[in-house]
Amino acid sequence: MSAASRVTDIGPPHYEKFLPPVIKRNYGKWLYHEILRPGVMVHVAESGDRLFTVRAATPRLLHISSIRDFAALADKYCAGHLRFTSRNNVEFLTEVEANIDPLVADLTKLGYPVGGTGNAISNVVHTQGWVHCHSAATDASGVVKAVMDELYPHFVNMDMPAKLRIAFACCLNMCGAVHCSDIAILGVHTRAPKIEHQNLPKMCEIPSVVASCPTGAIRPATVDGAQSVEIIEEQCMYCGNCFTVCPAIKINNAKTDGISIWVGGKVSNARTEPKFSKLAVPFLPNNPPRWPEVVEWVKKLVTLYATNARKHERMGEWIERIGWPKFFQLAEIQFTKYHIDDFRHAGETFKRSAQLRHG
Amino acid sequence: MSEKKRATPLLDQLESGPWPSFVKELKKTEETPVMQDFLGQLERSYEEHIGHWKHGGIVGVMGYGGGVIGRYSDLGEEFPNIAHFHTIRVNQPAGWFYTSDALRQICDIWEKHGSGVTNMHGSTGDIILLGTTTPELEPTFKELTDAGFDLGGSGSDMRTPSCCCGQARCEWACYDTMGACYDFTQSYQDELHRPAFPYKYKMKFAGCPNDCVASVARADMSFIGTWRDDIKVNQDEVRACAAKGTDIQKEVCDLCPTKCMKWDGTQLDIDNSNCVKCMHCINVMPKALRPGDDRGATIMIGAKAPIVGGALLSSVFIPFIKMEPPYEDIKELISRIWDLWAEYGKNRERVGEFIQRVGLGTFLEQIGLEPVPEMIAAPRSNPYIFFGGEIAEAE
Repeated sequence: MSAASRVTDIGPPHYEKFLPPVIKRNYGKWLYHEILRPGVMVHVAESGDRLFTVRAATPRLLHISSIRDFAALADKYCAGHLRFTSRNNVEFLTEVEANIDPLVADLTKLGYPVGGTGNAISNVVHTQGWVHCHSAATDASGVVKAVMDELYPHFVNMDMPAKLRIAFACCLNMCGAVHCSDIAILGVHTRAPKIEHQNLPKMCEIPSVVASCPTGAIRPATVDGAQSVEIIEEQCMYCGNCFTVCPAIKINNAKTDGISIWVGGKVSNARTEPKFSKLAVPFLPNNPPRWPEVVEWVKKLVTLYATNARKHERMGEWIERIGWPKFFQLAEIQFTKYHIDDFRHAGETFKRSAQLRHG
Repeated sequence: MSEKKRATPLLDQLESGPWPSFVKELKKTEETPVMQDFLGQLERSYEEHIGHWKHGGIVGVMGYGGGVIGRYSDLGEEFPNIAHFHTIRVNQPAGWFYTSDALRQICDIWEKHGSGVTNMHGSTGDIILLGTTTPELEPTFKELTDAGFDLGGSGSDMRTPSCCCGQARCEWACYDTMGACYDFTQSYQDELHRPAFPYKYKMKFAGCPNDCVASVARADMSFIGTWRDDIKVNQDEVRACAAKGTDIQKEVCDLCPTKCMKWDGTQLDIDNSNCVKCMHCINVMPKALRPGDDRGATIMIGAKAPIVGGALLSSVFIPFIKMEPPYEDIKELISRIWDLWAEYGKNRERVGEFIQRVGLGTFLEQIGLEPVPEMIAAPRSNPYIFFGGEIAEAE
């Protein structure tokens, strides 16, 4: 192929090509919206025009035949217009109110539930896991499927005190906004990586490997005659950054990798400022195909929140109101040294007042 | 090899239940050799509790350094049809709007050149085409560009920017997020396709402080829509909300972070000078309240996930700016940030970590931005001030 015939750096297509006429007419002139029922919204423009949206969950991992099914539904009901959301939902956009019921029926028949609006548990933001990632401590799609099979009623109903956002990441790289979610499910490694000393000099630059460690736990060493590195195990916090820069340092471990659960994060500014998720359950085993321990804990935390939080209160706001000691007590989580931060700026999370509930 | 179907008893258990099943998705073309091996290797991971993908290698399309993630199986002899199984990131249209024809075009290309498996979408926002071989990369790219699509970012480059649906469908959008996202993406095609930074640089455009694209958690540069004037109030609709059962005092006034609202049973009064634009009252009563007319964005800087030096939320950089094309003042600022970070940032150091290392004060000085109190939650409480000999000697 000649370089001259090659087109590069054109960027994405202009979005305007894909907007339905009702959006082009009312761009920037929307007045208000209402959630008509779980998964169905209407947006009303200043002109009086109405746009109906039907939102359905996808598993994120989609085969092209399913995308073609969505395209066919968009042709049938929405003059060919649809979009996806930041949480892996698909949204069908139509001006015709009468199309909603048959569209919902078709989506349901295809196995894509309609919901995820308002105070529901929306779809889960998640990563690749064992399906396609090199650093995964667990699978992503499998855990999400197992968890959402149980939480399904909260996707198709809006029965939470406020929004409840669940996210999943299969290692500490945290692709996805896992660290600011109401409930974050996170794959963790719990052992220092194993070094393949014979491969390391061939595959990796030793200075980059040494520099990659945030705790300075890696230093150059000669092992069995090979120029390699050694890891001070007690200084390792299993972040896997060395593995990312050097494939000869193996972080994945079938026997000791597992899952942790974090709670109380949010990204919106509503009422309280955005906040990180904090550690609730330090470790649960990898137990495929349905990870029953993880499912049980997530269900328990959701139920606890739904039972105790006030209307409009996100998970983190509820916990801050009642205090972390009360949360651990209610959740029946054994508080351990693992819950106490010991990385940089750790002292910022220590309790530095005598304002305690003793009741 | 024999064409006998592989048994996947563990994965099969994830076909049942009410939630959409990724296993069912993979089984849509179960009979193909590629999918047999893909399912076979995944089943092996489920048996052994460990992944079987190796590190990405250096693969890509000619002239680009990003957009393709090399992926190789460590069981390549046993699963030869997925021994090479690379990812292609395709830059999504702003707001993830499509027509059915555009989607079918992508499906046709991916049916011809790859596994047929996708993510709609990846965490950063791209269309993810999951699984192909090195010789297919260039032909796939050719057909994608013929169809008007281009690759997204990967590695130490500007990652694919993303945005909420903004003014296309949301009354709360305080600027044109899709317009801005498209403009910045087009302006920085070189930075997007050819990694030349210390590490990744993400931009996310959220139309209001609800931040539906999680920019405050994930973007090195977060553009969060906001406004400066008064919340627009429709008192009739406020009363209608009350009549329909919303307890305005309890659900709105009492939950306002600055307690700047008063409700006397018929009239909602807002002390707008104390409103911090949190969106709560507007979220509760979308028919009654709207953001004001003097709209723009707060630009925040430095968010990232934990690797390497710990997770950070973005912090305020420009408290308020009008978001109007061609965004020259913002682009000028970005080029100053990139110049400084490219020169002094360490390998794999995100801009947020860089700012923590050199100090926000120094960073601002270097890029020529005045410090303002909106940038901090509180002034310093430690007395270790780097005066640097700048205090003049007394007469």
